[in-house]
Amino acid sequence: MPLLALRLASPAVLIDLSAVPGLDYIERNDGHVAIGAMTRERTVERSEVVGSLVPLLTEAMPLIGHLAIRNRGTVGGSTAHADPSAEIPAVALALDADIVVTSAPRGERTVPAAEFFQGFFTTALEPDEALVEVRFPVAQPGTGVAFEEATRRHGDFAMVGAAASVRTEDGRIADARIVTIGVSDTPVRCRDAEQELVGSAPSAEAFEQSGSLAAGACDPPSDLHGTTAYRRHLIHVLVRRALEKSTSRSGDK
Amino acid sequence: MTDTIDVELTVNGTRHVANVEPRKTLADFLRDDLELTGTHVGCEHGVCGACTVLIDGQAARSCLTFAVQVRGAQITTIEGLANDGQLNPLQQAMVESHGFQCGFCTPGFLMQITELLNENPSPTEAEVREALSGNVCRCTGYQSIVAGVLRAAGQPSTANSGH
Ligand SMILES: Cc1cc2nc3c(=O)[nH]c(=O)nc-3n(C[C@H](O)[C@H](O)[C@H](O)COP(=O)(O)OP(=O)(O)OC[C@H]3O[C@@H](n4cnc5c(N)ncnc54)[C@H](O)[C@@H]3O)c2cc1C
Ligand code: FES
Ligand code: FES
Repeated sequence: MPLLALRLASPAVLIDLSAVPGLDYIERNDGHVAIGAMTRERTVERSEVVGSLVPLLTEAMPLIGHLAIRNRGTVGGSTAHADPSAEIPAVALALDADIVVTSAPRGERTVPAAEFFQGFFTTALEPDEALVEVRFPVAQPGTGVAFEEATRRHGDFAMVGAAASVRTEDGRIADARIVTIGVSDTPVRCRDAEQELVGSAPSAEAFEQSGSLAAGACDPPSDLHGTTAYRRHLIHVLVRRALEKSTSRSGDK
Repeated sequence: MTDTIDVELTVNGTRHVANVEPRKTLADFLRDDLELTGTHVGCEHGVCGACTVLIDGQAARSCLTFAVQVRGAQITTIEGLANDGQLNPLQQAMVESHGFQCGFCTPGFLMQITELLNENPSPTEAEVREALSGNVCRCTGYQSIVAGVLRAAGQPSTANSGH
């Protein structure tokens, strides 16, 4: 809607999906939680199924705008819109979610999040396709999560942010996922920073090193809200904090 | 090329049937077609909160919603709060706490607070501030608005009630 209000988009045809039944659901399936495209962000925020099985998504929800925004904004809308600062795409990328899209002539296909987000507001959706569902893998036992952001004002889109999901087993990091937002034309998965951690014991030095790798791997834009160097510094700090927090929440409980 | 679409919706308990352009926002529909000008329009892109109304009880931006999207819905606007010219307890508390100056932002704040108090009748000050974080006021400095909400909810307040 803001794109229309600001005349950044002027489509010839606009389809109101809220009239299409059967796109508003949260379902627990084998290994994932399936969320229908028209499920409101506020519904996800309050969902106990999501809270217990996809905690990173729950953690991200309050960071999206404000109550009145989340009452109307949808999981499908945010994913298809693909804002490089948006939280839901970041969670999808971090968790290797699958995005289910459909078209009348070709039927359904499933696109991994890693292939879905292609550029500024640009996705793997073809012009005749609609997004119907996002499948978020269920967090394995021992997983801790965190989403850290720097915003100018509470509720604004993040200037930059970092999502982390860490699983520890017997005192070692068994799995680490790190995604940064606001740093490029898509959310960015920081694989080198993840690799740095897997197999090692959690330590302040390791988190510091990961933060530094994540900051080095991104090339954030410079604008009146902050320079490239400032944003890179923020990424370093936010990744470190997200790792500290998610690790402290991880492990067998 | 602009076709119009029939819309049937309930606003503050009154059913309306209208024929509107699909591109007309709910805010413009309320203000221009129904002459309910209490819903204010500030930024027109979802940021300021002045246009907040309740759609089926949930706070939403009427500037980011087309009228044709709320067919069959129950809409509540600021005009729906008072009863027979009698301010409701929230409105009364706002007056007593000096919760507004120019009043431009007030309808949006009150609708957002109405949703909050319906869901959580005794919010803490932190919960009030979180709920109101999406509404902008250029006059009061917010303290007196927060105090007004806490007064309406019968909660203690550290916020200065404004003078
Ligand atoms: C003031 C404000 C602050 C915000 N802050 C944040 C924030 O901090 N973080 C954040 O992540 N988001 C934020 N948002 C965005 C918001 O949360 C919504 O995600 C966003 O507005 C999308 O809204 P929608 O779901 O109604 O989708 P729409 O606006 O209806 O659609 C968005 C785009 O996706 C397309 N689309 C929608 N659904 C589908 C589908 N099923 N299949 C194919 N294409 C589809 C539409 O054609 C359109 O191009 C903010 C919005 C506002 C107004
Ligand atoms: S006018 Fe709708 S949010 Fe500002
Ligand atoms: S009272 Fe003037 S903007 Fe809030």
